[in-house]
Amino acid sequence: MTTKKSEESSKEFKRPDGRKPNELRKITAKVGIIPNADGSAMFAVGDTIAIAAVYGPKKMHPQHAQNPEKGSLRCNYNMLSFSVTERIRPGPSRRSTEISKITEWALQPVVMIDEFQANVVDVHINVLQANASTRCAGINAAAMALAHAGIPMKSLVQSVSIGKLDKHLVADLIKEEEDWEEGEGATDIPITLTQEGKISHIQLDGKISRKQLSEAIELAKEMSKEIYEAQKKALKDVGEEK
Amino acid sequence: MKMIETSPLTAERIKEYFNQGKRFDGRKLDEFREIVIETGVSKNAEGSARVKIGKTEVLVGVKMDVSEPYPDSPDKGNLMVSAEFLPLSSPRFEAGPPQFESIELARVIDRGVRESKFIELEKLCIKEGEKVWTVFIDIYTMNDDGNLLDAAGIGAIAALKGARIPKYDEETGKTQFGEWTTKNIPLAKDIPISLTVHKVGNSLIVDPTKEEEDISETRVTIASCDGTIHSMQKGNSKEISIEEFNKVLDLIEKAEREIAKKIEKALK
Repeated sequence: MTTKKSEESSKEFKRPDGRKPNELRKITAKVGIIPNADGSAMFAVGDTIAIAAVYGPKKMHPQHAQNPEKGSLRCNYNMLSFSVTERIRPGPSRRSTEISKITEWALQPVVMIDEFQANVVDVHINVLQANASTRCAGINAAAMALAHAGIPMKSLVQSVSIGKLDKHLVADLIKEEEDWEEGEGATDIPITLTQEGKISHIQLDGKISRKQLSEAIELAKEMSKEIYEAQKKALKDVGEEK
Repeated sequence: MKMIETSPLTAERIKEYFNQGKRFDGRKLDEFREIVIETGVSKNAEGSARVKIGKTEVLVGVKMDVSEPYPDSPDKGNLMVSAEFLPLSSPRFEAGPPQFESIELARVIDRGVRESKFIELEKLCIKEGEKVWTVFIDIYTMNDDGNLLDAAGIGAIAALKGARIPKYDEETGKTQFGEWTTKNIPLAKDIPISLTVHKVGNSLIVDPTKEEEDISETRVTIASCDGTIHSMQKGNSKEISIEEFNKVLDLIEKAEREIAKKIEKALK
């Protein structure tokens, strides 16, 4: 119901690339792209391409980071220097450090690795090409790679960026929309949902009312279905290849 | 859990095979795995390439920016090569400060490109002593199954070929990222190719898989262009006789012609 309302209010609103407010860019998903890894996946939405590889469970190094009570999940998000128009200095940054942790939190509710005491499951995410919503693409790829690696999971997760441009809610932001300046400007809300519809990750930058935020979450829920189908199809396809 | 290091037993067996001129995957000692070169793999880069040699895969991107020239070359563009061995590409690579291997790889590739004068750096000067273009070649490993060195060398050349120069606003002195001129990076006609020969026991091999690379006793990487040698690096601690060294040069010469054809075909 709420999504319907937001659609109505955005009726005359034109997105820069002509998409409908609840239209994702084209999704391409593939599993099994890194032969060395225990599990790997690519998730692309439009021009944003993220890949993820899973190694483990394996003994945690350094040893002092081991948790004797349960297994750990360790995510590492990185953008290639040439993934954006202005070269990024290679190596970790404050931004990538935060996104790595956010990704970990987004995935932790669904991975069941408690019994791998003192072990770690490493998830390496790399953005090959960026046009906004990279952390969402990274989380979607990571979920698929974990499933591909056979890590016990309650379900996959789906991540999508919802934006408020001026007063209008839209799904899956592109760079041009992230930099929106007209009216109330841009509010960027990346959201990750579990299969149960619970929120495992949400961030927000901008300005939004409580009512519209609820609508944004509803929109994310609606969008997650399409992402789930793409993830499921890619995982099935690789299963059949074997 | 996967075996990370090659076991002594496997190592023995590989050596026995080499002595008979054979390899596990059926190749001859001087034979490369299949090489796949794909260019234009990243839209935001000035130039980019994905190179696969068998299961080994690297991604190379070229970016440019305007900066000050080095004091010893005030009228020439700058070249910077960096390499990252992404933890994504092998269970052996850990996150953290760059390891020796990635530093060495970047430097070896840098010297091959620089010394062969493949990039016409003198044409990348905007204002002598003040503003020149810097060309960044960034190498990322995607999957390491041996011979990253050669994959990176091919990738650097493929990414440079056809790389576009970004627009530059003379008034503000700023690069207009994301907008490109119709001009390509000025390059020499002949392509330099960086190739590596490994020595195991008395055998010389090219294009090792990871298992084979593990037992390599010494290696020689040579960047050459149409038979002329421009840079060289001997790696690992084992010595090599002059006789053997001449064999290495023969191998490289033969392989260079072969690989050059492949690259030219892929870039057409």
